[in-house]
Amino acid sequence: MSTLLNVAGLNAWYGESHVLHGVNMQVNEGETVCILGRNGMGKTTTLRSIMGIVRKRTGQITFAGQDVLAMPLHRTARAGLGFVPEERGIFATLSVDENLMLPPVVAPGGMTLDEIYSLFPNLRERRNSPGTKLSGGEQQMLAMARILRTGARCLLLDEPTEGLAPVIIDAIGAVLRELKARGMTVVLVEQNFRFASRVADRFYVMDHGVMTHEFPVGELNARMDMLHETLGV
Amino acid sequence: MTMIFGIPIQAFMGQILIGLINGSFYALLSLGLAVIFGLLRVINFAHGAQYMLGAFVALLALNWLGINYWFALILAPLVVGAFGALVERTMLSRLYQLDHLYGLLFTFGLALTLEGTMRWYFGASGQPYAAPAALTGAVNLGFMVLPIYRGWVILASLIVCLAVWALIEKTRLGATLRAATENPTLVQSFGINVPMLLTLTYALGAGLAAIAGVLAAPIYQVSPLMGSNIIIVVFAVVVVGGMGSIMGAIVTGYLLGVAEGLTKVFYPEASNIVIFVIMAIVLILRPAGLFGKEA
Ligand SMILES: Nc1ncnc2c1ncn2[C@@H]1O[C@H](COP(=O)(O)OP(=O)(O)OP(=O)(O)O)[C@@H](O)[C@H]1O
Ligand SMILES: [Mg+2]
Repeated sequence: MSTLLNVAGLNAWYGESHVLHGVNMQVNEGETVCILGRNGMGKTTTLRSIMGIVRKRTGQITFAGQDVLAMPLHRTARAGLGFVPEERGIFATLSVDENLMLPPVVAPGGMTLDEIYSLFPNLRERRNSPGTKLSGGEQQMLAMARILRTGARCLLLDEPTEGLAPVIIDAIGAVLRELKARGMTVVLVEQNFRFASRVADRFYVMDHGVMTHEFPVGELNARMDMLHETLGV
Repeated sequence: MTMIFGIPIQAFMGQILIGLINGSFYALLSLGLAVIFGLLRVINFAHGAQYMLGAFVALLALNWLGINYWFALILAPLVVGAFGALVERTMLSRLYQLDHLYGLLFTFGLALTLEGTMRWYFGASGQPYAAPAALTGAVNLGFMVLPIYRGWVILASLIVCLAVWALIEKTRLGATLRAATENPTLVQSFGINVPMLLTLTYALGAGLAAIAGVLAAPIYQVSPLMGSNIIIVVFAVVVVGGMGSIMGAIVTGYLLGVAEGLTKVFYPEASNIVIFVIMAIVLILRPAGLFGKEA
């Protein structure tokens, strides 16, 4: 397996406030990696720094052999990274269809509209309603669907299950397994431990801006004590 | 003679027509301001100067190069739009991270510089610009005589306003613009070159002002200060309509032009201030403007 995304010694700041203190992380092609960690430890900041939304950074971020850190924000998507933000970012002045078609296709191999609508049947029925008339679950699905259309090779997914009902969480889990079957690489930030254990291949634990542990899903049970302690679950 | 509200219908319709013509310019100019403000969050004080530049491009193209009105109508927005793009790229874009007041101050300074420069070269007095032969003369509508050029101004302004509205509300590029208005960072993270989009938007706004300038040249003459006279009223229109609403800017432009015309009929003394009175009332009752969303 080859490394698709490599993060080494990543530091990041919001203005003067130093949030990431040397993050190291490798993600292999086709893998689903989950970042666990308590609130405010820097999980979102890690994804935003990889994507280039947080600009004040030092260290190394390479994706598919390209130096992502040096790119302007509108180039990272073209390199094959797709970001689904925690707050979902559905545009209120755009219809569902317009939201879906907004991100430009960056590479061949993205899903067709038919594939997207069969994966997210709810979206088809609501094509013409304004984006923000959707339920929380539908907004999450739309936020994922619009990136899947683009042909991105790696999905940065920030807390997709936050605030959603169990049946919707199951649906999102099914989507992630489908993506894995298609060879998609996923970096998932999750607080929902049970959900993560069903979809992730490998875990990182984040604490105060650094990765403190890294282990494959098979070691999950053996790590329970450490996880209870660091995550407070 | 037919009377309406105790006023000869000729005079009444004549003032409505003048109101509609003024309204055509208000609509075009406030539309450009709204387009720029929506995406760049810059109150473009140079808008009047860009309108004036549009008129000068038409005048100089004719005098120096023999380029006629119809070509000027295309050339002026291209030249002024390109100039706007250059200004945005090299100067205005450096101010986005700062307080919005800096963008306002910068464009205000730009307006003074442009107007001063033009005055130095061409003097302050107005220069006539003849309407194209095809649009001279008048038609008798029965209840009034309509100068053809004035009818053309209303028609052209309507077409341009509706085209821009359709571009923003109905096309994919427009959807991208609307999304970038809501959340530019996220849109850029999708791989869209938002800085370029901002440049093009500023150029579009400046180009709209230039079209208005060319349309105005045969009516108001061409002078370096023609923009600073009209832009104050246009800012009042934008305040009444609500900053950033595209349809609001267009509709309010025509409405206030007509309101001004009607005031000339019934209470001529107030016609110069009626728009500002309306602005004050709107600010008291609905601070976000008639079409603006309450924050
Ligand atoms: N825009 C911002 N400006 C300043 N500080 C910020 C900003 N966003 C986040 N922070 C701070 O950076 C730290 C890391 O935040 P981040 O959002 O990355 O945490 P997180 O692990 O994603 O938390 P959560 O689980 O609550 O989403 C926190 O201390 C937070 O207060
Ligand atoms: Mg977070």
